[in-house]
Amino acid sequence: MTDTASPATTRKDWASDQEVRWCPGCGDYSILTAVQLLMPDLGVRPEQTVFVSGIGCSSRFPYYMNTYGMHSIHGRAPAIATGLAVARPDLDVWVVTGDGDGLSIGGNHLIHALRRNVDITILLFNNQIYGLTKGQFSPTSEVGKVTKSTPFGSLDHPFNPLSLALGAEASFVARTHDLDRQHLQETLRRAHEHRGAAFVEIYQNCNVFNDGAFDTITSKQNRGANLIPLVHGQPIRFGDEGERGVVMDDQGRAAIVDVADVGEGALLVHDEERPDPSLAFALSRLAPGPTAPTPVGVFRAVERAEYAEQVSAQLAAAQTDAGPGELSQLLTSGGTWEV
Amino acid sequence: MTDTAAAPTSSGPINIDKVVIRFAGDSGDGMQLTGDRFTSVSAGFGNDLSTMPDFPAEIRAPAGTLAGVSAFQVHISDHDITTPGDAPDVLVAMNPAALRAELAIVRPSGTVILNSDTFDERNLKKAGYVEDPRHDGTLAGHTVYEVPMSSLTVESVKDLGVKPRDADRSKNFFALGLISWMYTRPVEPTVAWITKRFASRPQVANANLAAFRAGHAFGETAELFDHPYEVKPAHLPSGTYTNITGNTALAWGLVAAGQQAGLPIFLGSYPITPASDILHELSKHKRFGIRTFQAEDEIAGIGAAIGAAFGGHLGVTTTSGPGLSLKAEALGLAVSLELPLLLVDIQRGGPSTGLPTKTEAADLMQAIYGRHGEAPLPVLAARSPADCFDAAIEAVRIAVTYRTPVILLSDGYLANGAEPWRLPDVATLPTIEPDFATGTNHVDEDGNETFQPYKRDPETLARPWAVPGTPGLMHRVGGIEKADGTGNISYDPRNHEKMVHLRADKVAGIARDYPATEVEGDEDAAVLVLGWGSTWGSIGAAVKQLRADGHKVARCHLTHLFPLPHDLGDVLRRFERVLVPEMNLGQLSRLVRAEYLVDATSISKVQGLPFTGGEIEAHILDALRALGPSDGAQEALARTEARLATTPAPPAGVTLAVAGADAEDA
Repeated sequence: MTDTASPATTRKDWASDQEVRWCPGCGDYSILTAVQLLMPDLGVRPEQTVFVSGIGCSSRFPYYMNTYGMHSIHGRAPAIATGLAVARPDLDVWVVTGDGDGLSIGGNHLIHALRRNVDITILLFNNQIYGLTKGQFSPTSEVGKVTKSTPFGSLDHPFNPLSLALGAEASFVARTHDLDRQHLQETLRRAHEHRGAAFVEIYQNCNVFNDGAFDTITSKQNRGANLIPLVHGQPIRFGDEGERGVVMDDQGRAAIVDVADVGEGALLVHDEERPDPSLAFALSRLAPGPTAPTPVGVFRAVERAEYAEQVSAQLAAAQTDAGPGELSQLLTSGGTWEV
Repeated sequence: MTDTAAAPTSSGPINIDKVVIRFAGDSGDGMQLTGDRFTSVSAGFGNDLSTMPDFPAEIRAPAGTLAGVSAFQVHISDHDITTPGDAPDVLVAMNPAALRAELAIVRPSGTVILNSDTFDERNLKKAGYVEDPRHDGTLAGHTVYEVPMSSLTVESVKDLGVKPRDADRSKNFFALGLISWMYTRPVEPTVAWITKRFASRPQVANANLAAFRAGHAFGETAELFDHPYEVKPAHLPSGTYTNITGNTALAWGLVAAGQQAGLPIFLGSYPITPASDILHELSKHKRFGIRTFQAEDEIAGIGAAIGAAFGGHLGVTTTSGPGLSLKAEALGLAVSLELPLLLVDIQRGGPSTGLPTKTEAADLMQAIYGRHGEAPLPVLAARSPADCFDAAIEAVRIAVTYRTPVILLSDGYLANGAEPWRLPDVATLPTIEPDFATGTNHVDEDGNETFQPYKRDPETLARPWAVPGTPGLMHRVGGIEKADGTGNISYDPRNHEKMVHLRADKVAGIARDYPATEVEGDEDAAVLVLGWGSTWGSIGAAVKQLRADGHKVARCHLTHLFPLPHDLGDVLRRFERVLVPEMNLGQLSRLVRAEYLVDATSISKVQGLPFTGGEIEAHILDALRALGPSDGAQEALARTEARLATTPAPPAGVTLAVAGADAEDA
């Protein structure tokens, strides 16, 4: 996908001429900037890149990228992107979706894209609210949330997007947030490098309808104490002094401990390449929501056969075995007679 | 068995010009296979033919019940035919339920062949018979042959070491052998087929061969039957023929269209009866570079096809009624994106799950209008199993040329029905030009060369198809209204109105490409029968028969249902009466009334079954009678009445060989 012979690009090459129209202060701006700045580093070409989105605030994203793009219909971006990626494995296909688009109306397409492992990079902007329709609860909103459609508090139990993706056996699962450009870019770089479906949940602040939903963990002053960086091959620890850590208890649950209590040797060593998803799943369950210490980074990155490549291989094998199809042969294949 | 039976020679078979045979049994009895084999052998023998499988929605309903009856009707003839026949001349009933379910449609004085082994108390009760129909007058007027097929089959395989329960499963081949003898079908093709088909299970192959031969020998030796019959080969136009179902023809049409357009095919589909066979067929043809994608649902099927179309492939999605509803929103997106896309709807009985294995043609309005907003798209319909091939190519031509989603309608009757098809010369198939955009198409105010994704071809109003991977043509498309030309988001009221009109004008302009609307039959007739879709065969049979009696009748059959042909209004207004037979409650008739202020009369049938020729004939006769006397009409009426008096069920299988007429002449 990387064409080393291509001339280098700059951010300017990746920004379209369209005026960006998110609400001032929206977390989407920082994600857009991070992506536009990242693309030149990935060594890819704008004409080989396609952003596909559904409906929602996040789904306006393709209009602002000077690539090929499609702003499609609510929830269907993973299905459309799957068709494109299967037809054109030479392209770099990205999906931009949100918690409503990807987990509610489009939940089915999301899990099936992940299980097939088609080579697309899915960015799910999670702001735990419906923004474009002006403030109803979303499938990631917390129980009890008071919104326009739930004046007495939401009764819906929320999805955990990472648990869901892992349940669908996604081969790449990660989480990042909109306030740390470096972490965001590093996570997206890893997602882009991954061969197969990559799922990245991005905590994104909606400053109009759900302001501060992630402040407890993502604001500069809280980050050290509440974000748990996952680093492959390293013991999982966090805190301003690295004084806290994660262990696996005898029930297979991940639990937070003081390193001083258990000793560094007892800490769980992160292994994103573990073939079975149980470790990643346990980590995805560590925090009940973005109000308690929460792991970020790559939860899982395993190799699994990529879908489009296999589709192409079947076509190539059929043509190698029997030669390219001949229409006149096909028409007579059911037996013929002469009159 | 037929009107033109010749006197028997001392030993040879009696020649008849056509016969309609209906094989009926339990779902597990293999009647579809039996019918299919009889059809193939007859096709190879050179008969013209038309078939209609008729099976239940349940995969295996309780054995012996009416719900489990599966039937296959085949009409073979020595002349050109277009329907599977109105009333079977011969019914093969493998059990009491099959007899009970099918007897009513057998023609009076027709032949009934029963597997007498199954007529025991238990099976009679399951079928709902209080008395044994063999002895209570139920079969009066019919020629009845009771053949103990189960026990003769078991007997025939007893030396092969087959367990009795397995042995009974070969009885459909016994029936096939018997009917093959009765109608003087060659034996070798079936022997060869059984040997090949069951090559991996020699015991099954041997049992089926033994049963087939036993059935054949039974016909020859049992002194039950006076003599066999023979239907000579038909005099069809010379060429190479194959026997083809609508779904196979449609799949092959897509393969051909992809080749003619130089586009790889991407089929996104979700299994649904009766459309799944197209997915099955195309999934075999990877040598043609065809990608088939069994999606997680109907919406993903069309979604993936739209994604592939954006990538420069020929995006296709196949479905049936409920799936058409589910795909409606994505069709609207495709209208807005103005990308080539083909949706194939194999209509079935609706609404909702309806009659999933039975035919209907009630999706026309949904196909034309079933989207939110002003979302026009072209709609076409195939008229016969073989025509599905040509219709698929024409649908793809329109989709690619005009950058638009297209709906091609077929139905369960065409999908599963078969007829001989004279193979086209592949060198003469139309070429389809995708004409991908390769460079800029506009110069902006500052003199810069730019690409405008919605700048249109002045003639077709089609927009450029610029596929990812093309340098310099990066652009964004989407469902939000676009500014004319640039394609950027626009909420400008005037622009929206302009875009709505542009999309409508583009689709309306497709009618410029149509050939003149053809009227067949009598140009000076008072009655015109207007049809679309699978009613073609039955209308043709009816019109042919009445014209043979001396009536003046014309018929016109539409392939393009939206936009309608420009000259259709003029054509319809030339006739005093316009009859519109449809397998719905009058959808096309309503359209032509609205569009042309023509007093069209709807003829409706919604039984999950196609019209018979006789049914349509009766409606035309009513119209002719209502028009009152005119030159020759009384004589023609007398001939028709005399004919109907001798053949209570009007014989079908008559051909439409009326001269083609140029609509512009009248």
